[in-house]
Amino acid sequence: MTTKRTDITPDRSETVFEEFKPPYNKMQAAVEANRCLYCEDAPCIKACPTSIDIPTFIRKIATDNVKGSAKTIFESNVLGMSCARVCPVEVLCVGDCVFNEMDQPPIQIGKLQRYSTDVAYEKEWTYFEAGEDTGKNVGIVGAGPAALATAHELRRLGHAVTLYEKREVIGGLNTTGIAPYKMKADASVDEVNWILSIGGIEVKTGFEVGKDATLEELDAKHDALVLAFGLGPDSSLSAVGEDLEGVYGAVEYIELFKVGQVDVSGVKNAVVVGGGNTALDAVRELRGLGVESVTLAYRGREPGMSGYAHEWKAGKVEGVRAAFGTQPIAFEGAGKVEGIKCVRLDEKKKTIEGSEHVLPADLVLLAIGQGKLGELAASLPGVVVEKGCVQVDAGGATGRPGVYAAGDAANGGTEVVYAAAEGKKAAHAIDAYFKGQA
Amino acid sequence: MANLQSNTAGIISPNPFWLASAPPANSGDQIKRAFDHGWGGAVWKTLGQPIQNVSSRFAGLHYKGTKNIGFNNIELITDRSLETNFREIAEVKKSHPEHAIIVSLMVETKQEWQDIIKRSIDAGADGLELNFGCPHGMCERGMGSAVGQEPAVNEEITSWAMEYSTVPVLVKLTPNVGDIVPHGLAAQAGGANGVSLINTIKSIIGVDIDRQVINPRVGELSSNGGYCGAAVKPIALHMCASLARDPGFKIPISGIGGVSSWRDAVEFILLGASSVQVCTEVMLRGYRVVEDMIEGLENYMDEYGFENLDQMTGKAIPSYSNWGNLDLNFETIAKIDADKCIGCYDCVVACQDGAHQCLFPADEGKKRVPVIDESECVGCNLCEIVCPVPGCITMEEVDNGFAPATWNEHVNDGKPLRPKKGAH
Repeated sequence: MTTKRTDITPDRSETVFEEFKPPYNKMQAAVEANRCLYCEDAPCIKACPTSIDIPTFIRKIATDNVKGSAKTIFESNVLGMSCARVCPVEVLCVGDCVFNEMDQPPIQIGKLQRYSTDVAYEKEWTYFEAGEDTGKNVGIVGAGPAALATAHELRRLGHAVTLYEKREVIGGLNTTGIAPYKMKADASVDEVNWILSIGGIEVKTGFEVGKDATLEELDAKHDALVLAFGLGPDSSLSAVGEDLEGVYGAVEYIELFKVGQVDVSGVKNAVVVGGGNTALDAVRELRGLGVESVTLAYRGREPGMSGYAHEWKAGKVEGVRAAFGTQPIAFEGAGKVEGIKCVRLDEKKKTIEGSEHVLPADLVLLAIGQGKLGELAASLPGVVVEKGCVQVDAGGATGRPGVYAAGDAANGGTEVVYAAAEGKKAAHAIDAYFKGQA
Repeated sequence: MANLQSNTAGIISPNPFWLASAPPANSGDQIKRAFDHGWGGAVWKTLGQPIQNVSSRFAGLHYKGTKNIGFNNIELITDRSLETNFREIAEVKKSHPEHAIIVSLMVETKQEWQDIIKRSIDAGADGLELNFGCPHGMCERGMGSAVGQEPAVNEEITSWAMEYSTVPVLVKLTPNVGDIVPHGLAAQAGGANGVSLINTIKSIIGVDIDRQVINPRVGELSSNGGYCGAAVKPIALHMCASLARDPGFKIPISGIGGVSSWRDAVEFILLGASSVQVCTEVMLRGYRVVEDMIEGLENYMDEYGFENLDQMTGKAIPSYSNWGNLDLNFETIAKIDADKCIGCYDCVVACQDGAHQCLFPADEGKKRVPVIDESECVGCNLCEIVCPVPGCITMEEVDNGFAPATWNEHVNDGKPLRPKKGAH
C-alpha cells in the first residue's frame, strides 16, 4: 500500500534517546479520552493552527473508533502524526483546555493524537485519494512540512506536483532537526512516505536552486510555484576563532546526529550559545548524547529567553547549567576550540567592564538563529522580500501571480503545525487561482 | 452512636448488610470470611436439586471506561450436594452465632418444600428466602420467576412454606413483571413474614460484535441472563418504594438491586427497606467493601440523628407521590456562577439540543460564560446535570407570585396555573 519512496540509515546517534513523553497504550488512551468534556465550540480547536476537531477525535478514541479518530485529525492536518509529537501543546491546544480553569490536569491532547495517528500508521490506514487530474502542474521548492502539506492538498485537488529538494533526505527539519526525545528521523521518513502514498508527487532530491535551475526557470516550467525552502544556515557570531574545530551551528550539528553519527566521547565541556528553542533543544540533546557538562550561554536573563519555559525547565531537570548575561566575544584554542572568551552583560545587555572571562569548552554550538533565504526569491519580479521573509497574503500568494510561499520561508521560522496550516491554505489558494484562470 | 442492628421480619442481624443469595454466599468457608469482615447476614445460595452450570456464566456492562456498571449471569442455583450445604450451614451458625443465616430455597413439589425447609431449620437457619425470582434457566423448569410472575402460584407456594416453617420466611420477588404490587401482596396473602426485592432483571447484556454472538458465550450460543449491579438500582428503588407506600402492604422489605455503597443502602432504607442485600459489588471487589458500608451508614445516621434503623426506614416514602399531586407553580431557574464556570459550554449544547433553548454562548470576545434567558428557562436541571464543575450551576427557586396548584387541583378545583415557559 505505502510506496517506499525515501529511507534513512538506521545507524544514527539519535537512536540512543528515549521518549520524553512515552506513548499511550490502548487502555491509557481510553482513560484519558473519557476524561475529555467534549466541549461545545471548544477552545482547544481555536488554539490549533490547523483547527483539528479535537473533541471529536478524542470522543472517537473513547468509542474505539480509532480509524475515524485519525481521519478527523488528518482531514485537518496531514502532518498530524509528527505534530502530535513535536507541537508545543502546552502553549497551544493543551494550554487552552478548559480543565486549566479548574483544579484538574488538562487533557493530554498531543498524546491522544499520537495514539490515533500511530495506530493509523501501524494499520496502514489511508484516507485520501488524488483528485481527478486537472492537467495543472505545481512546482514546490523544498520538501519539508510546508512543502509536503501543500503537495498533499494539491494532489487531493487533482493537480500534479514536483518537489525540488536540495538534500538527499526529505521531510525537512522534521527529519533533520526535531529533538530525538520527541521524534526520530525514521518517524519523519515514515510520515513522508505516508503522505507521498497519495501518488502523483514527483520528488527531485539533490536539486539545488541556482545550480540545477533558477527560480525563473522553475516558474516558467510550472503552472504555479511554491517557495517552501525554509531557513538558511545557522547564524554566525562573526567572532574571532569561530572557524576552530569544535564550533558548529546548532542546526548543522543536530542534523549530524539526526541523520548520521557524532562522537561526543571526548567532550568534557559543551557550551550552547543562545536562548531560543533551538538552544534549548541542543542543550538537552547534548546531555542525552552523554556529555557530562553542558552549559547554556545566553546574553539575556532567564525570563527573557525566547525558548519555551517548559522546555527550559526540563533542561534544568536533566542537569543543564546556565550562564546568563554572558556574551561570547572570541573562541580560543590551538586548531581545536578549548574555551570561549566571554564578557558579562548587565540587565540592559550592556557590557560590564572588567568582566572578561573564559568558559572552558571543547564543543560549541551556536544557536543564535538561522539565516533567511528569502533573498533567493527576490530575483522573481513582483515577489517582495522583507527581513529575509517572502511576503505573502493570507492564502500564501506573493506579489507575483502564480507564485506562493509557505512555512519558514514566509513566516521566518516557527512550529511545524503552522507550516502544515499554511501549506494547506496555499494549496487552496492555488486551486482558486487556477479556477480563476479558466 | 447509632445502633445498626437490623430486624427484618424477625431476622436479627448486627447490621443491615447481608450477602444476597449468589456466588459470594455459596459455601461455608466464604460466608465465615464474609462474617469476619463484618457482614451482618448472608442469604445462602439457593438450595434445591443441585444443578450443573455452564461456562462461561458472567458478563459485564462497561461505560466510558468504567467497567461493570451493570452485570449479568446465567448461573443457576447450588451445584453442591444438599448434605454439604446443610453441614456447612450448621458449622457457620456455630462459629458465628450473632450473624444471620437465611437459606434461599427453590424446589418444585409440596413434599420437596416440606423436606428442604425442615432440613434448613435443623441446620440452624435464622430465616428462609423463597426464590421466586430467578429469570434464567430455572424458570424453564417451572421454578424461579415462573412462580414469581403468577400471584396465585406465589401465594400458594408461600402458604406451603408458612405451613412448615418455624422461622421467618421472606419471598424474593422478580422485577420481571409490569407492576410489583400484586406480587408483594400475593406473598403477604400467602402469609410471608417479609419480601426481598429485586431479583435480577431478564436481560441480554451485550453482543460480541466481532463474533456476532451474545454474551456470555457458551460455545456459539448464549441465553438471556439476570441483570444486576449498580445500573439496576433505580428500577429496584422504584419497586421497593412502590410496595412500601402501598397502604395494603404491611410486611418488611429486604432491599436488593445495585447496592454498591453505604449511600445506596441509605436510599433503600429511606424507601422502606429494613436490610439490604449485596452481591455484584462483592463479586467485583470482595467482602472487604462492607467496612465502608457500615461506617458510612453509621456516620449518616449520626449526622441526621437517626438512633436506629426503624427511625430511618421509609423516611422518604412520604415524598413519593403521583405526578398529579406535584405543584405546577413551583418554579426554579438555573443560575451560573461565572467565577466557577470553565467555559466548556456542555450546558449550552445540552440546553440547545436536549432541552428548551435558553442557554447561549457569550458574545465573541467576552469570557466564556453561558448567558441564560431566564424568561425561557423551564428549570429542567439538564444544564446542572451536565456541568462538570461542582456547585457552578444551581437551580434556584423563584417566587412567581402564584399559590401552589397541582394538576389535580387545577382540573378539579380550577386553581390557577402560572404561564408556561419554554413552550415557544
